Order: sequence, then structure tokens, then C-alpha cells
Amino acid sequence: MIRSRFAVGAGFVGAALLTTALAAPALAEEPRHGGILNFAVGAEPPNYDCHANTSFAFTHPVRPHYNTLLRFVPDNYPEVEGDLAESWEVSEDGLTYTFHLREGVEFHDGSPFTSEDVRATYDRLRDPPDGVVSIRQASYSDIEAIETPDDHTVIFKLSGPNAAMLANFASPWDCIYSAEKLAEDPNFPRQNILGTGPFVFEEHAAGSHWIGKRNENYWDPERPYLDGYRAVFISGAPMVNALSAGEVLAEFRGHSPADADRIMQQLGDDGVRQEGPWACLLSVALNVEKPPFDDVRVRQALSLAIDRWGGAEALSRIALVRDVGGILRPGYDYAASNEELESLPGFGRDVEANRAEARRLLEEAGYSDLSFTFTNRNVPMPYTPVGVFLIDQWRQIGVTVEHEQLETRLYTDKLLGDELEAGLDYACDFMDEPSIQLIKYISADKSAINYTGSIDETLDRLYEEQSRELDVEKRKELIRKFEKHLLTQAYQFPTIWWHRIIVHHDKLKNWHITPSHYLNVDLADVWLAE
Amino acid sequence: MLAYTIRRILLMVPTLLGVAILVFLMLRLMPGDIVETMLREGGGNVPAHVIEQERVRLGLDKPIHIQFISWFGGILQGDFGASMWTGKPVLHEIGSRLELSLQIALMATFLAVLIALPLGTLAAIFKNTIVDHVIRVISIAGLAIPSFWLGMVIILLLLTFYGWIPPLTFTSFFEDPWRNLSQLIWPAMAVGYRYSAVATRMARSSILEVMQEDYIRTARAKGVYERLVVARHGMRNALLPVITVIGLEFAFLIGGLVVTEQVFNLNGIGRLFVQATTRGDYTMIQGLVLLVAVTFIMVNFLIDMLYAALDPRIRYK
Repeated sequence: MIRSRFAVGAGFVGAALLTTALAAPALAEEPRHGGILNFAVGAEPPNYDCHANTSFAFTHPVRPHYNTLLRFVPDNYPEVEGDLAESWEVSEDGLTYTFHLREGVEFHDGSPFTSEDVRATYDRLRDPPDGVVSIRQASYSDIEAIETPDDHTVIFKLSGPNAAMLANFASPWDCIYSAEKLAEDPNFPRQNILGTGPFVFEEHAAGSHWIGKRNENYWDPERPYLDGYRAVFISGAPMVNALSAGEVLAEFRGHSPADADRIMQQLGDDGVRQEGPWACLLSVALNVEKPPFDDVRVRQALSLAIDRWGGAEALSRIALVRDVGGILRPGYDYAASNEELESLPGFGRDVEANRAEARRLLEEAGYSDLSFTFTNRNVPMPYTPVGVFLIDQWRQIGVTVEHEQLETRLYTDKLLGDELEAGLDYACDFMDEPSIQLIKYISADKSAINYTGSIDETLDRLYEEQSRELDVEKRKELIRKFEKHLLTQAYQFPTIWWHRIIVHHDKLKNWHITPSHYLNVDLADVWLAE
Repeated sequence: MLAYTIRRILLMVPTLLGVAILVFLMLRLMPGDIVETMLREGGGNVPAHVIEQERVRLGLDKPIHIQFISWFGGILQGDFGASMWTGKPVLHEIGSRLELSLQIALMATFLAVLIALPLGTLAAIFKNTIVDHVIRVISIAGLAIPSFWLGMVIILLLLTFYGWIPPLTFTSFFEDPWRNLSQLIWPAMAVGYRYSAVATRMARSSILEVMQEDYIRTARAKGVYERLVVARHGMRNALLPVITVIGLEFAFLIGGLVVTEQVFNLNGIGRLFVQATTRGDYTMIQGLVLLVAVTFIMVNFLIDMLYAALDPRIRYK
């Protein structure tokens, strides 16, 4: 079947409707060319290599220089459309992906883009040479061979069906690099920018700002609309002030409710507020290799003690969290419905009954006077309020918890080390996809981000099965089994899902919120009103 | 005077060496390293072998003494190494921010001296009068109000009343003086006020103390005009402790404006310090600590030279 647009998973309708509704007024206006977009970025990337980065600090300033093979449609997440691929076909057995590439595309240095560039890029991603970092290497381990029958066709042969493959080809991290430059130096992208994207790199003033200017030879003659952009590295109160004063027109990660209100109040009619669910989750990770968390009753008690429904409502007023969900984002097609959730341990609506059961479990396990240290990240939003909330919930079943908030480096070190007792873990992904989100929960010897030390063959088997299952309903069934088993074992359990709020100046047009802050940042489609 | 100068210069060497060893060892005692922050900050599933590969690339797998020899050997040749975060030379990273920090330090010092010397002198001359009381209130308020708080108030006032905030990115004074000053005058004022309060208090007490000396009484007894007594005999001697305070405050401002730089979104040395520490960028922190140490040593050296110039008894000793 030939595709030029494709919805990855059928159930993103809610998010799609939300963004479409919000986008309606902007779509009615005629795009205008010109202008420089100033926007804020709360942090700065360590290097320029898409394949070696994981933070929004990278995607926001750097992605406008690059294209990927596919991309998520800016105003209709999770629909996928061609970026450098004009169309594509997937074989019936799901083992062959054939991409037909755009012709006449050039890198910013004038060299032509061909299928060899795609091959070199994906070879680097799946089998990086010595000294090259490819963080998402595992996502491409099913690629057996890459063939380039001509300059504008590339064929990926897979060793087995992979339900996440198409989404991976739209990953914002898979910037297409020049094969010629990679042959000269596989680490060329680390310190250099050379893409085919809508904007050409102009300047990176370390600690200050990043500038891109319009690519006059862009393959889409209509785009980009902007003459250029300037990403200013600024965070916290100064960023809120800068937005309020109109010095920057947007910040694309997200604001706390209080900051969003303040900016809107200052901007008045000039402000636009977009919000929606966020594919980010804070979960509690327990070190199951040591007492008391090697006892499933203690783990279950801690999960049962949390009033997720009441907490979500209260916390959403002060923090950027809102929805109760399981291991997948609420609203996503593969996520549990509220009815399904309520039948899972720790998600029942009768909080008092849950807590009575939690006390009983603790007593039975011999930990009636349980106390432990809870490690958290010293990032105020949303880590601190959620951490404080959890400690209060546990206090209500007689558990004493010390809140230890550490800077990111020390926090990560603690999560990875043997000294961890319990911690607030986080995961933010570029899209909703079970194979990406569930990897956190498979055995610790298979997942670098399972900090609990848990080894569970059932979860490993279910993970593998769902990743190979192309039938939506069968896959859902496997995911439900995975979720139930995980939440019963409670090695780690979800708290409350994030909620994304973006406030931007009305001058910025045709930007649409998505459930991921890594998406929709190539700036090809946005324009500025006069 | 030459022997005195050489002696002071030679004393700098062991101080710098001590600082270098101390900062290097202390950083290695801290848990966690930059690779975790760099690769796992976004929460990605980064395999352990990738983390290890990066540690090897950055030389973090080598024994500490080898790392030290490599780093210190580079410094002796003028190479401070590359930032572990950006991969760019440490001197380049510091250099790109030094102009801003230096300018704020100079502007704040200028403001402080401009305010402190006349106010301190007036307060001493009109001791226990209304003039003295008003000046003391102003200076005590300056000491009590943190610079960053004053900075926040300035920003909020500008935003509320004018819907304007200072430019977000730095422009060199030589490129666009107006834009440069419209960004830096506000932090210079916020910092300079506290700075001037310290210097005013010091100037007042120093002048009061000097004015009790026998040589002042002798000058007065000889019938020298009071203005000349204060300017020629009082001020010159009273300046010594004031110069010390001004010098040390100036050195502090080069790397110490951490919160003020955050409030005004200034890309200076203080902010770089915080970023490097948060990330665990060892080479950058080492370079910055050495820079601050050199600044303090140089300022102290200059103060010593000024002491010697102002008070011959010091150089004769």
C-alpha cells in the first residue's frame, strides 16, 4: 500500500481534535512571509548531533536545520506525512519499507540529497562507528539491510515485524545527514550543522542564543514563511518576563498554570493559550533489590495509598499535571480507559478502602512503622509538588518519608546506584508508542531506564509480543496484560500524567500544540502576523 | 619597591598551584558525572555501553593522577582543555562571557566609588547630624537589600509601568553602546547600590578613625584649613581600607553575580559557573576557579602595590 500520509495508531483522535479546534482561527488566515521569530529555550544543548541528544534543549533550536524521512503532521498529530520521503510503501508482512524520496533537495552547502544520505544516516543510527553516540540504537535493531536501488529510492528490510517502525521513521531525532560528510568524519554532526531543513545555521552564541536564517533553496518553495529565528536561552522568571514583555513570542516546552496565567494577564488580547495532554509521566520507582521494597506487599501498599483521582484535580491547579492514567498516556488509543484503570490496584475510586488495604498489607509484611528516603529531582515544576503530594499520601497510611531533592546529575546518579530506596522517575517521549513507553518496565538487565532492579520474565515476554503484533486489538490485549501484571507487582507505578500549557503571542501563527514538546519545532509552517 | 613587587609575584605561584590541586580533587570526590547528565537528562533509554564510551572519550576512565597531569600539563602550555559539555575550548567559553562580567564589575565599581566616597566623607565630617543619619539609613538599606531582589524589583517595575524589559542578549559596547547600556545599566545599579553601601560604611568609619590621629590634631593646631586637613591628611590615609574593600568586591563581582545574572538573564561568568557545576563539567569548573583565583590574586597584588604607593612605611618594611 502506498502512503503519503498515515495515522500511527487510530486513537489519537482526541488530541487531533483538540489541536485542530485550537488551530481553526489560524488556518483561516493567509500565511505571510517575513519576520524573525524570537522564542525562548529553557536550556542549551551539549552538542549539535540529533542522534546523541535527548532534551528539548536540543530540538527547539536545532531541528529547524534538518529534515527527517517522515514527520508528524504539525496540525494533526499523530498523522504522519512525508518529509524527505514523498511517499512510501509497507509490505503486507511488515518486513519491507520502501521510501520514494523527493527530488531536487539540497543540503545547505549546495550538495544534492540522495538515498545514500538516508542509508548513511540510518547505518549511523543502528550501528554507530566507534566514538559515535546513537542513543536510540535499539529502536533500529530490527533493520537488517538498507538498499538504495536508485538515487531517490531507499528500502529498509526488517528481520521481524515491528509495530513501532513507522513512528520511528518520523522521529524528530533522526535528522538526515550528508553521507559525504559522515564518510569524512562520522562525528561531523557533533560540532557542525549541515542539513536540508527550512533554516540555515547562522550563529550559536554559547549561553546566549541561536540564530537560523531562511533556507532560500528549500525544497518547498512556499516554506518556510519566516526570514529566520532566534532562540534565546532563558528560563524561570526572566523567561516569563520576556514573554510578558513580548521580547520573545513563545516558549515551546510548557508553562506551569501560574506562569501561564501571569503571561496571559500581561499579554491580554495579544496572548494565545493552547493546552493539551502531554506524553510525560512521573512514576514512583522502588529499589526492589533491597528490603523493604523486595516485598510486593510493601510496594502495593505504597501504590494503594495514593489518591490519584483527587490528587490530579488538586495538583492540576498548581502544577503542570492533570490526567490520571496507567502506563500509557490517557486518551491514547492503547491506553487503559477509566473503567479499566479503576479495576487496577491503586486506581480504585474508594480511597479509604484502598488505604485500609494498604495499612493491612504493611502490617502483614511487618512494616507498620515504615520509613524511607524518597529521592526527587530539584526541578520545581512538576517534580516538587508531586513529590510533596506523594509524601503526604504515604503519611496517611503511617509511612514516614524524607524528601531528598537533588540536582539532575546527583539525582540520576542516585537512581542508577545501589543506594536508592525510592525515587520519582520521569519519562517524556516524542510520541505515544507502547514499544517506546513500556521499555522502562521490562527487566533491568534489558532496560537502561528501569532503575528498580526488577527482573520479570512475564513483562519481558509480553513486551516482545506486543512489539511484534501488528493487529491493533491483539496488541491492546497484550498491553492490558502487561499493565495489570506491572501494577500488581508494583516495582514502579504511575502517579499523574503531565498536562502541557503553551502561551504564545498572537503574532505567532499556525503553531499547534502536540502531546510532545519534541514535536512541531521545525518552524517550517509557522508565520508571523504583521 | 622592586624586591617587594617580585616577592609578591613569587607568592602567587604556590597559591595558584594549591587552588588547582584542591579544586581538581574536590570535583572528583563529588558523586555523578557529566555523561549521565548529557545523555540521560531527557529520560532516554541510553545503553550502558554508550555511557561508558562517552566516559572514555572524555578521559574520565583514566586514573585521577593521570587526569591531573594531563590537565595541569596543558595549563602550563596555555591550554585549559575543552569543556566536557560543549567540546569547545574552556578559554573560548570563558572569553565569550568575560566582557559582560568585566563591564558590569567596572560599571558597578564606578557607581560605588562615585557614591561611596562623597557620602562616606560627608557622614564622617557631619558625624551624628541629620546628614550622617540619612546617609547611614541609605547605606544600611543597601547592605540589607540583596542585589538580586533589587534587580527583580527593577525588572518588574519596568515591565509593569513601561511593558519593557532590558535586551535579552548581550551586545558589545563597541558595537552598539546604547543597546549595551540599556541592558547592563540595570544590573550595574542593582549591584552597585549594595557595593556602594559597603564602601560608604567603610569610608565613614575609616575617616572617623583617621581624624582622631595625632597628625590630624597637629595639622589643625598648626592652623591648616579644615578642608585641607580632610583632603590632604585625612582622606589619603583613610583610603587604604576603602581600597581593599573596593578591590575585593570587584574581584567578587567577576564570578559572583550568580543570582543577579539569572534575574537579568545575563550570559556572564557567574551563570557559566552555575551551569558548569550543575552539569559536572570538570574542565570548565577548573578553568573558572582558576580564573577567579587569578582575579583575586591580581586584585590583591594591585591593592598591595597601591598600599605601598600610598603608605611608604609598607614598602620600607
